[in-house]
Order: sequence, then structure tokens, then C-alpha cells
Amino acid sequence: MDVVDESAGGVAVEAPTAPPPAPASGPPGPAAGPPGGPPVVPEFEIVPLKGLPIVAALLIFLVASIAGNWLWALDFFHVAGGGLWTGIDLFVGLVVGPILGKLSIQGRIEFMTRFMPKMLLIMPTLVTMTLASGWQLARHLGNLSASSPNHSWLVASYIVVGIMAVIALGILEPANVAVLFELKKPRPNGERIGRLMRRFIYTAGITGLMQIATLVIMSRVATN
Amino acid sequence: MPPVGELGMATLAIVIVGGIFMAAHVPRTAPLVFPAVMLAVAAVLLVVNLVIMSRIKPFAWDVFLRVAGWALLAYLVIAGMLIYVFTYDHTRGSELWLLIGMLVIFAVDVPLMIGFTVARYQDVDEAGAQPAPVAA
Repeated sequence: MDVVDESAGGVAVEAPTAPPPAPASGPPGPAAGPPGGPPVVPEFEIVPLKGLPIVAALLIFLVASIAGNWLWALDFFHVAGGGLWTGIDLFVGLVVGPILGKLSIQGRIEFMTRFMPKMLLIMPTLVTMTLASGWQLARHLGNLSASSPNHSWLVASYIVVGIMAVIALGILEPANVAVLFELKKPRPNGERIGRLMRRFIYTAGITGLMQIATLVIMSRVATN
Repeated sequence: MPPVGELGMATLAIVIVGGIFMAAHVPRTAPLVFPAVMLAVAAVLLVVNLVIMSRIKPFAWDVFLRVAGWALLAYLVIAGMLIYVFTYDHTRGSELWLLIGMLVIFAVDVPLMIGFTVARYQDVDEAGAQPAPVAA
């Protein structure tokens, strides 16, 4: 029977019949829940409002960099943004995902309610920063020109990024938001959360691996 | 459930193909027939998707509108920034309008997919009303 735990400020969760498996190969582990009762979902914000001023500041700085043609700033946004985007995708898909699959239900819930809202702000901001600054950088450095030796590499990167965009915007981000809304319900469905989290982790890993192709391309461009 | 998510992804993929085609020709002006066709196909798919979704019953429309509405605001900001970048780079005329059209479809399509994915998992009765929250 599910119980609302007022002291924890949260609600209980219908535990799934089996925990979500880790992306690595192997059968899912046995179902595990807290010994004292059903898992409890702590209070959380779907969109962390305290993060919005940081996002706004970064985007304003980005627009200023573009308007002012600040090459150093465009370089910073593109390198730092792209590096973080790739690093986070790979880390989440290949490290966090397998660890998450081995945590208890309560542990997973505690992690997801803190992690997923932040990802909702971080990833779109990093992607916007990286792509907008990258385009401007390419324009300034002459790489957009068809006669540039880097032109074909850039077109290859457009295709890779385009595929990643379809996966990330069509699968990863909707799954991110859906998990948070499910956790907000009076009786969250654990099996559904597990299915959506698997989708999130797997697509993060896939886009992370595609990001490696982007890193190779960018290394070629930088040294060409 | 009808394939709203899949249609949304197809719409996004088509718009991106058109955008990549135009980007690959910069700074020259790309031939505009192919991207115009891509934009038209994407627009048709988007309208078809909206019609399909409007016929889903029961469906948590209040949740969909709330989630898609806020997502639309965020993606309009992103699309606006990209339009600013293109105009700053002196993109003009038909080329600019095509890019704006593609970005509008992008800005509507992504919130549609996010809102649909959230709303489809909400519990509603046959009248489309959500159940009352469980009393403490």
C-alpha cells in the first residue's frame, strides 16, 4: 500500500516489478526497495528556477560575443560548450547509466529528482552556445567558404550534429521531462520511469558516441 | 497511441536536411528549390501531426498545453537567437525567409513532441478530466 510520507515532504512510489537495467549488457538485477516501505519521492522543482538567471547570463554573453565579434569569447563558448556537451553525454551514458541501474529504487529516485531538472537547463544551453558560436567562428575563420580545405569537414559535422539533434530533441529531452512529471504524480509508475530513464540513458550514450565523431572532425579542422 | 512522436521526429529531420543543404552552400546563395520543398513537406507533416493529435481522446490537454507552452517559449528564444545570427551575417531575401520558416517549424515541433510525451502518460478519464489528487 502506498503512503504519503509528510515528514520527508514527498510521496510514495509504486515500485516497479523489476529495476531498469543498466545500458551495459547483462540481465537486470533483482527488484530492490527500501526495507521499511515503498520508496519516497522528495520534493523537487521540474525546472530549477535558480538556474534560469545563469542560463540567461550565458545567452546574453553569447549574443554580445556575436554582436561584438569577440573571437576569444566565441572560441571559449564553442570549445567549452562542445567539450562539456560531449563529456556530459558520454559520462551520463557510459558511467552514470550503469551505476544508476545498480542503485536501490530509493537511491535512483533521490538521484533523478536532483539530476534530471538540472539536465533540463544545462543541455539545451550548452547546445545553443556550442552551435551558435561555432557557426560564427567558422565564418570568421573562413571555413564556411567552399574553397576552404575544412569545408567538407564542416559539412560532415553539420550532418552528425543534425542526426544528434533529431535524437536528442525527439527522444532524449521528452523522456527527461516525462520522468520529472511522472515523479510529481501522487502515485508515480516505477516501471514507466524505468523505461523512460533507459531511453534517456541510452540516447545520451548514443549522442555521446556521435560526439566523438564531432571531436575528431573538429580536431582535423583545428589542425588543417 | 498515434505516431505523434515519430511524425515529429520526421518533421524535425526534414527541416534539418533543408537547413544543412543551405548551410553547406554558405556564403554563396544555395539553390532554393530543394530547401523550399523540404520546408513545405515539413509544414504539411506538422499540420498532419497536429490534426492527428487533436483527435486523441481521452488526452490530458491541460498538461499538454502547459508543458508545450513553456517549451515553446524556450524554443522561440533559441530560434530567435539563430535568426539574429543569420541576419547579423547579412542573410537576406528568400534565403532568410526560408530559414525563418524552418526555425518556426523547429520551434513548434520540438515543444509538440515534449508536450505529447508528457501528456500521453497522464491519467485521464473518458471525459478528458484528470483524476483528483490523492488526499493526504
